[in-house]
Amino acid sequence: MQSTDIYIGPEPHIEVHKYYSGVVPVTVLVALLLQAFFPVHFRWASYIELPLLVTLYFALSKRSPSSGLLLGMVVGLLQDSLSRTPLGLYGIAKTLVGFFGSSLGARIDVEHPVFRFVLAGIFYLFHHAVFALTSQVLLAQRNEPYMNGPILVGSVVNATIAIGLFPLLDRFRKRS
Amino acid sequence: MPPISSRHRPLALLAVVMAAQILLLAVQIKRERQVRLIRVWAVELISPFQRAASWTVLGAEHGWGGYIGLRQAQRENEAMRADLDRLKVRNAELEGKAKEADRLAALLNFRTGHPEAPMLAAAVIGGSPDAGSQVVYINRGSRDGLRRDMGVITPDGVVGKILAVYPDTSQVLLISDRESGVGALLADTRTQGPVKGSGEPLLSLEYISVDDKVAAGEAVLTSGQDRIFPKDLPVGTVVDAVPDRKSPFMKIRVRPAAHLDRLEEVLVLQTRQDVNMKREAENAAAPAISPTAGETPAVPATVAKAPSNAR
Repeated sequence: MQSTDIYIGPEPHIEVHKYYSGVVPVTVLVALLLQAFFPVHFRWASYIELPLLVTLYFALSKRSPSSGLLLGMVVGLLQDSLSRTPLGLYGIAKTLVGFFGSSLGARIDVEHPVFRFVLAGIFYLFHHAVFALTSQVLLAQRNEPYMNGPILVGSVVNATIAIGLFPLLDRFRKRS
Repeated sequence: MPPISSRHRPLALLAVVMAAQILLLAVQIKRERQVRLIRVWAVELISPFQRAASWTVLGAEHGWGGYIGLRQAQRENEAMRADLDRLKVRNAELEGKAKEADRLAALLNFRTGHPEAPMLAAAVIGGSPDAGSQVVYINRGSRDGLRRDMGVITPDGVVGKILAVYPDTSQVLLISDRESGVGALLADTRTQGPVKGSGEPLLSLEYISVDDKVAAGEAVLTSGQDRIFPKDLPVGTVVDAVPDRKSPFMKIRVRPAAHLDRLEEVLVLQTRQDVNMKREAENAAAPAISPTAGETPAVPATVAKAPSNAR
């Protein structure tokens, strides 16, 4: 890097991870398929939010707000298309998750499991709050709660899953 | 060399993506009455500007119309004020003519009601420049057959007598003048005494004894003793009567029956024949004295002391 160059981007001490070709889209599709499959056969699986976890993982890893929000948009729209919700409902929520996740990942090191557990729980609650707010404002549906017991349970469940899922996805990183 | 990226590019991209997804939702969602949310948003977005534009245009129209209207209203107001002023003047003229017509009608009725006493109507055309003398000028003179010492009356009562005669004008001495005197009597007690003027609005009835009963409000009539006025013409009304400490007579003040301060038309008596002021007695009473019209006996300007009726 020359002294005259101006670097604007992630913090220099933060590593930006890259993945093999196809890993991101395959992972997204698998997450969506499992999300559509599990709740049908296992009622307890309704607490799991695999598309959210996948979006969060790649946003934290790639550490690019632009990439993160675009990934969140795509994942959310796909999830909307597979459910009864209007297109854009999950898309808005996951777009924000991807943007803020990438912004956060660009500033701090999120490799530690404790951080991943906390971030996953917080972003689950954030994702649900955005979803409820969008439903109220745009759909005029006021029956979507912002916070209750099942939502807290879901945040803990997904945070726990993130501890195991994120290291599994780390295996698909390109070795630099 | 690392790529150069703008700090605001991710935020701009986020805003675009969010807006696109919100529009996508708006196109799909239908609110009440099956109206798509995007239409609701579009209408809600445009309607404030429409209302503002409409308010501005209407306000300008109303303002301009109001300004024009005010200008027109001001012109109309000025025109109406001018008309009002003209009408006020005209109304005053008509009121004056109406009152004059009433007075003339009263004079005519008085004359026609008393055919036995020839009278000549005259208009008061001026007064004396001297405030101390109570005289007026009428528009009748010797050419009309008037002579000196003819009595002058109105339907209300005695006014005075002719002091001087000119070809077309005559001078009338009012009964309120200091030099004037009228032979009079009290209507109830028939006590006689001269009524003299003092230059003041009220007259003075003299030589009435303190033993005589005089009540306020009692009528004072002509006695005919002065040989100018016929008998029983109204002279005035007693205002008050108090004993005079310096004499055996009373001080009696009399308010004139005729409005001496508002004379406009008068009647000149061309005879001393009694004029019956009451319609009921017109047929019964015989004419008392009937000199020919135009002939009046010589009578001094002032009335001499009346014969005492005190004792």
